[in-house]
Amino acid sequence: MAATERMAGKRRLANALPLFVLSPSLLMVTIGVYGFMLFSVILSFTGSKMFPRFVFTGFDQYERLFSNPRWGVAVQNIFIFGGLYIVLATILGLGLAILIDQRIRAEGAFRTIFLYPMALSFIVTGVIWQWLLNPGLGLERLVQGWGWESFSFKWLVDPQMAIYTVVIAGVWQVAGFVMALFLAGLRGINTEILSAARMDGAPTHKIYTRIIIPALRPVFLTAFVVEAHLAIKSYDLVVALTKGGPGFATELPSTFMYTTTFTRNEMGLGAASATVMLMTLAAIIIPYLYSELRHERRG
Amino acid sequence: MSVAAETVILRRSGSGVNLARFAVYALLIVAAAVFLAPLVSMVFTSLKSMDEIRAGNLLSPPGAVTLEAWATAWNSACISVSCAGLKGYFLNSIRMVVPAVLLSVGLGALNGYVLTKWRFRGDNLLFGAMMFGCFIPFQIVLIPMAFTLGKIGLAGTTAGLVLVHVVYGVCFTTLFFRNFYVAVPDELVKAARMDGAGFWQIFTRVLLPISWPIIVVSVIWQFTGIWNDFLFGASFAGGESQPITVALNNLVNTSTGVKLYNVDMAAAMITAAPTILIYLFLGRFFLRGLMAGAVKG
Amino acid sequence: MASLDIEHIGKRFGQVEVLKDIHIGIGHGDFLVLVGPSGCGKSTLLNIIAGLDTASSGAIRIDGKVVNDLEPKERDIAMVFQSYALYPSMTVAENIGFSLEMAGMPKEERKKKIAAVADLLKIGHLLDRRPSQLSGGQRQRVAMGRALVREPKIFLFDEPLSNLDAKLRVEMRTEIKKLHARLGATIVYVTHDQIEAMTMATRIAVMKDGILQQFGTPADIYDRPANTFVATFMGSPAMNLLDAEIVTHGGRPALRLDGVDGDAAILPIPATAGAVTLQPGQKVALGLRPEWITEPGTSRSREVHSLPFTVDVLEPTGPDIFLALRLGAVEVMGRLPADAQVQAGETRILDIDYTKAVLFDRQSGQALYARPQPAQAAA
Repeated sequence: MAATERMAGKRRLANALPLFVLSPSLLMVTIGVYGFMLFSVILSFTGSKMFPRFVFTGFDQYERLFSNPRWGVAVQNIFIFGGLYIVLATILGLGLAILIDQRIRAEGAFRTIFLYPMALSFIVTGVIWQWLLNPGLGLERLVQGWGWESFSFKWLVDPQMAIYTVVIAGVWQVAGFVMALFLAGLRGINTEILSAARMDGAPTHKIYTRIIIPALRPVFLTAFVVEAHLAIKSYDLVVALTKGGPGFATELPSTFMYTTTFTRNEMGLGAASATVMLMTLAAIIIPYLYSELRHERRG
Repeated sequence: MSVAAETVILRRSGSGVNLARFAVYALLIVAAAVFLAPLVSMVFTSLKSMDEIRAGNLLSPPGAVTLEAWATAWNSACISVSCAGLKGYFLNSIRMVVPAVLLSVGLGALNGYVLTKWRFRGDNLLFGAMMFGCFIPFQIVLIPMAFTLGKIGLAGTTAGLVLVHVVYGVCFTTLFFRNFYVAVPDELVKAARMDGAGFWQIFTRVLLPISWPIIVVSVIWQFTGIWNDFLFGASFAGGESQPITVALNNLVNTSTGVKLYNVDMAAAMITAAPTILIYLFLGRFFLRGLMAGAVKG
Repeated sequence: MASLDIEHIGKRFGQVEVLKDIHIGIGHGDFLVLVGPSGCGKSTLLNIIAGLDTASSGAIRIDGKVVNDLEPKERDIAMVFQSYALYPSMTVAENIGFSLEMAGMPKEERKKKIAAVADLLKIGHLLDRRPSQLSGGQRQRVAMGRALVREPKIFLFDEPLSNLDAKLRVEMRTEIKKLHARLGATIVYVTHDQIEAMTMATRIAVMKDGILQQFGTPADIYDRPANTFVATFMGSPAMNLLDAEIVTHGGRPALRLDGVDGDAAILPIPATAGAVTLQPGQKVALGLRPEWITEPGTSRSREVHSLPFTVDVLEPTGPDIFLALRLGAVEVMGRLPADAQVQAGETRILDIDYTKAVLFDRQSGQALYARPQPAQAAA
C-alpha cells in the first residue's frame, strides 16, 4: 500500500516537473507581456500625467490622441513609411533572391553583402545614412563631383521628403533578410513541378509568373508579417536619422509614444497611443499565428 | 535539393543564354555595389581627417590614413556631459549582453524541450501565447516596466536591462528551440526513457548534444538583438549603465559646433563591430538555421 | 524471460477509441507478433506494454505482477525502435552502454557487457563509431545491442526491419529468430508485414481498427482464419473469396458459386464447416488459398474437385507461377510450381484442394467452422 502511494507520489512529481521548468518563463511572459499590456491599456483610460493615477476618464485620452496634430502626422507617416517599406523591401528582396538563385558564381559572397546590414543596429544605420544623405558633404557632393553640377538632394532637411530617407535606410537594412526568406522559399519548391512545366513547353518567364511566384505565397505572407512588424515597431531608426524632424515631420507612432510619455509627461495619452499600436499589430499578427499553428496541427 | 540546378535546365539554350547570364551578373554587381557603398564610405570617412573629408567626397579613399577619429571615439569623444569616449559603454553592453544571452537561450532550450517532448493539455495554446510575445510593440510595456524595475530596485542598472532582455528574448528562443525539437524524432526520447534516463538526463545527454545548430542560431539572434537594442537601453538604463547604442546616439547628437563625421563613423564602426564580426564568422549557420525555422509554412 | 498478460486493455484519445478490450496472454519464451494494417493500434499497444503510454482501462501483467503504474525503466523491458532511435551524439559503445550507465553500473563492468553484446552481434569493430557513420543494417544491430545488453525480461520490437532493404530484411529476420532461439527470450514484435509475422512468431495477434481479430499460432491463423479480414490479410497472394449461396442439391446442402454457370457452380460444403447449421439461401464466401489450386493428378489431398479455369495472365516469380484465373466470371488467383504446363489464354481443368477450404458468412465476415477455434476457446 505504502509502496504504491510512494509510486503515485513519484509519478505526480514527474508530471509536475515539466510545468515547473516552464514556470519561470510563464511567469515572465504572463507579467511582462500580458500583465503589462493590461496595465498600459488601463492607464490609457486614466488621466495619468507623470505618474500613474487611477482616475478614470473614459475615452478622453483617445479623443485627445486623435485630435492631436502630431499624432495625425505620425499616422500619416506610418502609412507612407510602412507601405513603401513593405512594398520596396518585398520587391527588392524577391528580385535579389531570383537573381541569386540562377546558380551564379560566388553566391555566398553576394548573400553576405546583401545581408550584412541586418547585423547592424538601427542606430548605426541611422548614423551612416545621416552621413550619406547630409546635404553638404554627402550624396549631393558625390553626384556633383561626377559632373552633374546642379544635382540637389536635401531630403533629410526637407519636411516634405524627410520621411522618404527613413524608407531608404530601412529598406537598405531589411532587403537582405527578405531575400533570405525568398531564397529559402525558392529552394524549397519541388523541382519536379518545374521539370513538368518545362516538359509542357512553358517559357522561363511564364514558369516564374505562373508557377514559382504563386508557390511562394506563404513566403510573401511571412515577409509581410515580418516587415509590418518591423515598420510599426520602428523607433531607433527615426531617432538616429532624423530625431523625428525636421520639426515633427518624421514623427512615427513609436516616437510619438516615447516623447509624449517620457518627455512631455502625458502618460495617459502615451498609453493610449501604445494601445492603438498594439491593436494594429495584433490585427496583423493574431490571424497569422492562428493560421500557422492550425497549419501545423494538421501537418 | 536546390531549385538552382533546375532553373539552369529551365533556361533556354542558344544565344539568349549569354546575354541573360550577363544581365544577371550586371544586376547583381550593381546591387552589391549599392549595398556595400555605405560600409565603404563609413570605413573611408573614419580614417580621414576632417580637412580631408571637406576636400573629398563620400567614396574618395583616404589619402593620409589616420586612426585619430577611432582613438577619439574610443577614448575622448563627448557623450552627454562626460568626454571619455565609448569604451565604458562598450563594456556596459558586454556586461548586459552576455548574461542576457545565456539566460534567454538556456530558458528557451528548456521551454522548447518541454513543449515538444513532454506534451500536456493546452501546450499549443501556451506556445501561441508566448509567440505573440515576440511580436508586441514594446511601447505597450514601457510604462509598466519602468515602474516595475523601480519597484524591485533594478531601475537604471545593468541587471534590470538583463531582466528586460530575458523576458522579451525568451519568446524568440522558445520559438527557435521548439521548432528545432519538433523535428527531433520522439522515438529518441522514448528510447532514452526505456534506458532509464530521467527528465534532466534526456535533456543534457540526448538532446543538448545534438542542438548546437539551433544554439548557434539563438545565440546570434539574441546577441545581435540585445547588442543592437536602443529602446530598452534608452528607457531603462541610467547614465552609468547605458549600452553602447544609446551612447552612440548621444555622441552623434552631442557634437557641438562642427559635426565630426569621422568620429561619428568610427564610433558607428565600433558599435557595429561585434555584430558584424559574429555575422561574418557564424552567418552561414545563422542563415541555415533561420531558413529551416522561419519558412516552414 | 517472463510471461506477459495483456488484460482487457482499452485506450481512448478523447472521443476516439484506438484499442478495444485487447486480451492476450503469452508464456515464457514466446515470440508474439502483433500484426495489422497501419492505424490498427498495434504500436499503441506496444507503447502501453512499454510504459511509454498509459491504458485507459485494463491491466498489463509481467510475470503475474501488474505494472500499469511503473515507469518504463522499472518494468525491466527493452525496446528496439523502427527508426532505431540511436543517440546521434554518442558512439556505438556509449549507445549500448547508456542504460547500464543510467542504472549506475561501474565503468569496467559496463565495458565487459558491451563487449560481450558487440561480440554476439558481430559489431565489435564499430564500437567507436557514431550512428551517422553506420549503414542501415549496422544501425539495426546496434539498436538490438542496446536492448540485449540489459538482459531484460521482455524485448519489444516496433517494426524494426521496415527501414531495411529487402535482402537485409530477410537476413535480419533469420538473425532475430536465431537470437530468440538462443536466448529463449520473451518477445513482442510489431509489424505490418504478414510474412514477418508468419516466419518469426510462435503466437500471432492480428489486429484491425483497435480490435483483436484473431490470436493463435501461425498455423491456426493461416489455415483457420477467424474471419475474412484475417483470411485476406495473412498470405500473399491473398486467399480467394468466392461468393456463393447455400442451396439444396440432391437432397443435401451444397454451395452454388455466383458468376459460374452450369454444374461447375455446384460444390459440396467444405469439411471444415461440416456440422455448422447452414440455411438454404444463406450468402457465404468460399475461401481458397492460391496454392490449393493444383494441376490435375499432382495433389496428395484427400478431397479434390476439378473445375475449368481460363488462364488470363501468368506471373512467374522464379520458384512459382502466380496465375490470374477466371472461373466463369469470377477472378481467382492461383499458385503453381514453376514447371507447371500452363499457357495464357487457354481454358483448362485444374484441381482445387478442398480439405482446408473455409466457409465464411458473407454478412458478418466470420468463418463458419464445425469445430471451435482452439485459441479462441482458450481466450
